[in-house]
Amino acid sequence: MSTFDWKKILQIGLIGGIVGVLIALVGMVEEFNERDIIAGTLTMGWTMLILTVLVMAYFVAGTVKAHSWLNVAAGALSGAVFSVVMSLLTWMVDSFDLRQTLVNASPSLVKILTFEQGIPNGLITLIVAGIVVGAVGSAIFILPERIRKAVTLGLGMVAFLGLMQDIIQVSLAGFEGLSDAIAWMFGRGIENGLSVAGAITVFLVVSVSNLLWDTNAPKVNARIEKLPQKSRRSLKWFGYGMLFLVIIYLPAILGLYLTEVVNSTGLFILMGLGLNIVVGFAGLLDLGYVAFYAIGAYTVGVLTNLSGELTSSFGWNFWFALPAAVALAVIAGVMLGIPVLNMRGDYLAIVTLGFGEIIRILALSDFLKPHIGGSQGIVNIPPPKFLEVLVNNPQTLYYFIVAGAVLALFTSQRLRDSRLGRSWKALREDEDVAQAMGINLVATKLMAFATGAAFSGLSGSILAVKLGTIYPHSFALLISINVLALIIVGGMGSIPGVFVGGLLLAGVPELLREFAEYRLLIYGALLVVMMQVRPEGFWPEATHKRELHEADEEARLTAEGQEA
Amino acid sequence: MASILSAKNVTKQFGGLTAVNNLSVEIPEQSISSIIGPNGAGKTTFFNCITGFYTPEMGEIVFNGNRIDGLRSDQVTRLGISRTYQNIRLFSNLTAIENIMVGFEPHLKTNWFDAVVRTPRYHKDEQAAHEEAIKFLRFVGLAGLGDQVARNLPYGAQRRLEIARALASRPGLLLLDEPTAGMNPNETLEMMHFIRNLRDSLGITILLIEHDMRLVMGISEQVTVLDFGEKIAEGLPKEIQTNPRVIEAYLGRGAATEGMATAHEMTSKKKAS
Repeated sequence: MSTFDWKKILQIGLIGGIVGVLIALVGMVEEFNERDIIAGTLTMGWTMLILTVLVMAYFVAGTVKAHSWLNVAAGALSGAVFSVVMSLLTWMVDSFDLRQTLVNASPSLVKILTFEQGIPNGLITLIVAGIVVGAVGSAIFILPERIRKAVTLGLGMVAFLGLMQDIIQVSLAGFEGLSDAIAWMFGRGIENGLSVAGAITVFLVVSVSNLLWDTNAPKVNARIEKLPQKSRRSLKWFGYGMLFLVIIYLPAILGLYLTEVVNSTGLFILMGLGLNIVVGFAGLLDLGYVAFYAIGAYTVGVLTNLSGELTSSFGWNFWFALPAAVALAVIAGVMLGIPVLNMRGDYLAIVTLGFGEIIRILALSDFLKPHIGGSQGIVNIPPPKFLEVLVNNPQTLYYFIVAGAVLALFTSQRLRDSRLGRSWKALREDEDVAQAMGINLVATKLMAFATGAAFSGLSGSILAVKLGTIYPHSFALLISINVLALIIVGGMGSIPGVFVGGLLLAGVPELLREFAEYRLLIYGALLVVMMQVRPEGFWPEATHKRELHEADEEARLTAEGQEA
Repeated sequence: MASILSAKNVTKQFGGLTAVNNLSVEIPEQSISSIIGPNGAGKTTFFNCITGFYTPEMGEIVFNGNRIDGLRSDQVTRLGISRTYQNIRLFSNLTAIENIMVGFEPHLKTNWFDAVVRTPRYHKDEQAAHEEAIKFLRFVGLAGLGDQVARNLPYGAQRRLEIARALASRPGLLLLDEPTAGMNPNETLEMMHFIRNLRDSLGITILLIEHDMRLVMGISEQVTVLDFGEKIAEGLPKEIQTNPRVIEAYLGRGAATEGMATAHEMTSKKKAS
């Protein structure tokens, strides 16, 4: 029985309980209880608690070095500890008036946590529920990996769809043919969340198709591998074609609101691609990245605005202002780069942080107010015209942003696979040795800053015409940090990682606007967990296979054997 | 034989400490030369002065007719000197191939525009770098490990990879800083053959810092002994082994008067300290 580490299980259970108490006391349980994930069955408040227990039990099961009912028992035990802690909380909230200090320790919290059954009965239910959920969490652990993956994915999808129900329903409302299916899946619109039947369907469809895919993917891949070169290539192009079509029709499918979400995510991704070069490839920690975003936006604003409030009115066409904005951002990038050439790590971070703030404060200052509008910002930035089409609504802007992102993607991919990309990575790994390999540090670093600044300037220019108005407050430090965080979550130096990080840290929060109050809390928790569990990011940088194929290798080895 | 590298009166100080003091060394072309000396004698500092990591306060270093003291390390490398490090310093998250390709950097001409547009120059450069990398990967006996991330390679392979990376810049002079540190006697012997083969097949000059006396005495054509930053002896391995000042530096005055220190004893003393 030495594998059954009581102390550790109790400890994790206790930690889980504390997290549960925290979730309850910050008010998430109560507030999210209004929202259903599965109509009438499961509220989002409960989902938060269940998720905590599931994750906790999963870890507990991992501490037991067995693969049997012992794991489940451990999970159940930790679930019991969790619910005892929660019961204690409930009892305390019920017996004493804690609302002076803990605003959310309210009678309605007690009502929720006791399933409206009153103190002794409800608490028993709570503890039983905790044990059951704990057992389920650890049972997931002992499942074979393939099934575990499918089940988790299915559950995750149910939670996601339940959460996104109103947005999905609104965007799909335009499609007449789907209305029955939607009504069946999401109910008739009075309740929110998935219907019970819908939830089960989603779970089954997602899990089973994932399972099927997982079992058959190697076979499919092998079959594709066997195809002749020519049909493999056409298959690839077919894939690209499908992707292209999806990208083209996406705004029509998504509707206005979701397209708007995609657009703001796209701007973050564009910035992320730029910062990924500076931080991910070259390893230069830049915390003032928002400065180039601001410079791009302000350049476009000053050169094109028609308000007449600024002393100088240029009235440029946007398409002339855009390259000017990118060029100015690049110049600013180089100008920031020169003084920090000899700095590394934390020192570099501090200086770039200062640079970002300088730009923002300059934009706010009275000194430059006549030229760039001070705290009132620049209003009346006209939308650009592209081939007689006014780019002024989310759907036209979408194409503009996609074009920018594709350009940035293309450029950074090609730079990565070149001499410059190798130099950047060498610089990131060991600056002194990189220089001793013949790499010109000055040119290499400045190229990184300049390219990064160019993408950010481009993103800022699009922001200016997207909003039509720009204020210094749009360029707060938090943007730099967000972009950095999305790179880290996606995977440092990984280009697909930027997209994943962008969707997770810019897209999803945008969708969860109704939870605005707790957004940063969840965001912070996610970052902490992420750094603990998966520090290399969701989609880590891949290493490229560049040596010859194995067959050649054997030949070479034998040849070498003869030489020796 | 003409000398490829000549250092004259080189002095390097750190605050009050004189790490290299008035050191003059001539390295003959296509030779294998060694610098030995007790810990802290200034050997690696001297390497750092040659490769542009440090700028000496006094003296001059001439390589192939070019004065190189005071140049940046990338400029020195482009003139044809490359090196390895005492504690292996590979680009640990890059693959073995990529590490060697970075070494080929001085011979590449692509700029960012070539890279984005993929001009013929880009393709030519990439292909050359890749071929070179494969070539040196085989040369150092790491064929098949090219796609491994450098930090995952075994220790001996990392040492060889570092040499391959240094060779990729096609140097005229290769500086090896303790190439056998941490190796067992068999591996050391293998490394000795490898270094000799390096010189014979590539026709380059090799200067190494080494503590393993068997290696030093076995392959060096010239040995320079440093102690407290000063040169105390120079010559053929045989002469060095019997030089009283060298024995004194390694074993103390008592041993020197006995004059019986063998290479083996020097080694063991070194390891003990």
